Formats: sequence, structure tokens, C-alpha cells
Amino acid sequence: MIREQHDYDDIPGTFVFDQGRSRQGYGINMFCMSLMKEENRRAFKANEAEYLKQFKLTPEQTEAILKRDYNRMLELGGNIYFTAKLGATDGHSFQHLAALMTGSTQEDYANMMLAGGRSVEGVRSKSGKRAAAEPEQRPKWAKGTKRARPARRARLSGAARAAKPKARTRGKSRSKRG
Amino acid sequence: MARIIAGVSSSHVPAIGAAIDNHRTEEPYWRRVFSGFEKSKEWMAQAKPDVCIAVYNDHASAFSVEIVPTFALGCAAEFPPADEGWGPRPVPVVKGHPELAAHIAQSVILDEFDLTVVNKMEVDHGLTVPLNLLFGSPNEWPCPVIPLAVNVVLYPPPTGHRCFMLGRAIRKAVESYPEDLRVVVLGTGGMSHQISGPRAGLINSKFDKAFLDNLTKDPKKLMRMPHVEYMREAGAEGIEMVMWLVMRGALDDNVREVYRFYTVPASNTAVGHIILENKPRAPSRHAAPKRRAVRLKPAARRAAARARIDRVHG
Repeated sequence: MIREQHDYDDIPGTFVFDQGRSRQGYGINMFCMSLMKEENRRAFKANEAEYLKQFKLTPEQTEAILKRDYNRMLELGGNIYFTAKLGATDGHSFQHLAALMTGSTQEDYANMMLAGGRSVEGVRSKSGKRAAAEPEQRPKWAKGTKRARPARRARLSGAARAAKPKARTRGKSRSKRG
Repeated sequence: MARIIAGVSSSHVPAIGAAIDNHRTEEPYWRRVFSGFEKSKEWMAQAKPDVCIAVYNDHASAFSVEIVPTFALGCAAEFPPADEGWGPRPVPVVKGHPELAAHIAQSVILDEFDLTVVNKMEVDHGLTVPLNLLFGSPNEWPCPVIPLAVNVVLYPPPTGHRCFMLGRAIRKAVESYPEDLRVVVLGTGGMSHQISGPRAGLINSKFDKAFLDNLTKDPKKLMRMPHVEYMREAGAEGIEMVMWLVMRGALDDNVREVYRFYTVPASNTAVGHIILENKPRAPSRHAAPKRRAVRLKPAARRAAARARIDRVHG
């Protein structure tokens, strides 16, 4: 299957739950949702592979669920708020899952968080196009809004400024008279 | 006339709810988080809003992947706490304000915000944790709360600009409601965090602090920020912060920042919190006619300008 490319695909270690993944992972997420009910949790635990047959899952998705490969579930269209319900069924906290996905122990992960979390430096961009923060970067669609104004003022400086307001007042007063 | 007196934003980390429910708030780790909200509770007790409008997101509790409304306004009389897999949180049922909610729905839909009206909905930690942080753990929540659920789970969420403009429309709706009500708008979620994938644990305090600064002073800058920027800088789930812009849009352009709190971490997340008050409006704003600038003929204007220059330099 061909996945459309998006600007956020450049963010490392991140599976954005977008429309494409949502469509692809509908079965995974509906399975996770079913675990909100106690009787379903019990049925799943009794025979996992059998329980999963009720849902439309590809062999890869089934395998990822059975192996508790959380990153693979995300990649195949699962969403973290849904897959966390599978984690909770196994008796795991959110932080345990987070540690799993980062490939570290829960203790190391918790210590990293206490020390201020994972730094964004070096993990902004796969391509290296965005190595540093650019808070002033303007998206294309914002062109011509607020930032354009100083330029216009600058253009009016000097001789132009003297001429232009005059022309404007004259125009106004004329229209009033007429 | 109803009016919006203030906006309050706060993170809604589920682990904060768990710490409250399991009576662990006095542990040093949690003390650090909760101490930041002592002032806010005092402020809330003084502000005594008649109604809160809470902008929050659902986390696969009320909405699964079957139906994903971008904006869903809770118009019911009450909203029970959802069972998020470990039983419903032991918090009071959230009482709505169906009359004001219906009025807002009617007003903003005609203002071209096609939101979903929800008459039956359970609310999860996204809503109840901020209520705890701002009101403590009372037997009943002190005022009705109108939930406004925003989709930030399935990409793309509404843009920051759209959120801000919805806030504007909500303000217009509130100000056209005949009953005298003092309304506080709550923005929830954030701040920087990523809880999914190998990059989980990301925190960007620099981004968060700039966001808080701009929220007060230059929200228009935030309105223009594209989603990819949130996700790259503040983590995949940090995109929740667009919800704060609904709150900000509902306030006046110039606001007073009354209080701010920021700490890292609560579980996987940076906790941010801000209280913004609308400045009291001049009572004559609507009654008195606008003062017209005195129009001078060009020659007289040049003379006046010369006189001003003389005053300054002479």
C-alpha cells in the first residue's frame, strides 16, 4: 500500500495518527475499544488469537498485537489512546508503555522525565532540514497578513509619504461633495 | 447580559487524576505539581464564575474512531465521569448549563462554526482533572460546566486560527445571552509532551514558555503556527495546545496575566497553567458615542503640526 507523504513524516520517532492511518488501523482501535468492558478483557485474555478474529485485522496487525509491539501497532494505524487500553488490560501504566516504545526500562525513562524529559535538540527532523527552532518561520499561507505591514509603511516613507496621504484626503473630500 | 470574565488554561495529565484519586498528592513528586495550583483555587474561589465553558479533548472515552467530531458542544444537563478502563473517576457528575449551551450552539452555528451538538456524553480525565486542579475535590462542582470537546487525537485537529475564531464566536454568543452570568473559559491539555513512539518523553520548556508569553501578548502569532510545528517542537501530543487558543479567542485582545505556573514533569508531560483576566471595560463603551477626531483642512493641519513641533522643540 502506498502511503501519502506529509510534512510531519520528517519528524523522527513519531507516527502521526492521521486519516490514512486511522483508516488502516480501524480494526486495531476498535479491538482496543472493546477492552473497555470487563467481560471482553476476560475473553481476550482467555484466548487472544481467537478473540482477535472478530476484528478486521491484517496478519501484521494481529502479530503486532499478540507480540505487544506498540510501535508497530502505531505504524499500522493504532492510536496511543486506544493501544493504552491494551496496556491497561495487561496491567501496565502509561509510563510503562512509553518506556517500552522508547526501548528503555521504566526506571531509566522515569529518570529521564525527572531530569526534564527528552530534549528536542537532534530529534526535530530526519532529513536534517530542521535542525534548530525557527519560531519566526512563517508558513506560506500566512503571507501578506500581519508581517507585511511594516514593509508597506517603509515603502511609504520619504517622498511617497508626503504625497500619498494628501491624495487620499482629497479623494475623500471630493466624494463627500459629490 | 452574560460576559466572559477570564480564561484559565491547564494541562490535564491523567496521572494527576490518579494521584488525587489514590491520595498521593502529598508525596514530594506530586506536591511540586499541586502546589502550583493553590493560588488558582484561591483565585477561582474569589472569581466565583456562574458557568465555566471547558474546552477539552476526549481520549477514546466518549468518542472512539467510529465518530470523530471536530468540535462537539455538550448541551446535556449532566455529564457523568467516563470509565477509562479502571472504573469512573470518583469525582462529582459534571452539571451542564443546557440553556446557555443551546444558546451558544444556535449562535455559533449561524456564525458558520458547524459544531456537533451532544446531548449524551461521558467526560474523561481531559475535563475532570482541570476541574480538580481549579476547584479541588468538592462533593459537587461549584458551578455548571459546558464541555466543548475538540478533536486533537485524529490528525488534523482544527487549526489554531479556527480555534481562536471559535473562541471569538463563543464570546459573541455569551455576550448576547440575556441572563447576567459571569463566565470563565477553560482551555485544557498540553503542554509539550509526546507519549507515543520512540520519541516519547519529549519536553520542550523553551517552546512552552514562549507559548505562554505569546498567549498573553501576541496570540495572533500562535494562530498562524502550523500543526507540524507543534508536533515537531512540542511533541506529537503537544498539539493539544491548539485548544488553549479557543480560550484565548474568547477573551479580549488585551488581557491581564494574573498567574502562571510551569513544571516538568507530571508523568510524561510538562504541566502548564495560566490565568488571564479580561480588563474591566469602560461602562460607557456602548452608551457613549465615539469621539470623532477633529478634522482640519490641510493648511490648518500643517499649522497645527508646526505648532506641535514648536511646543516640543521650542
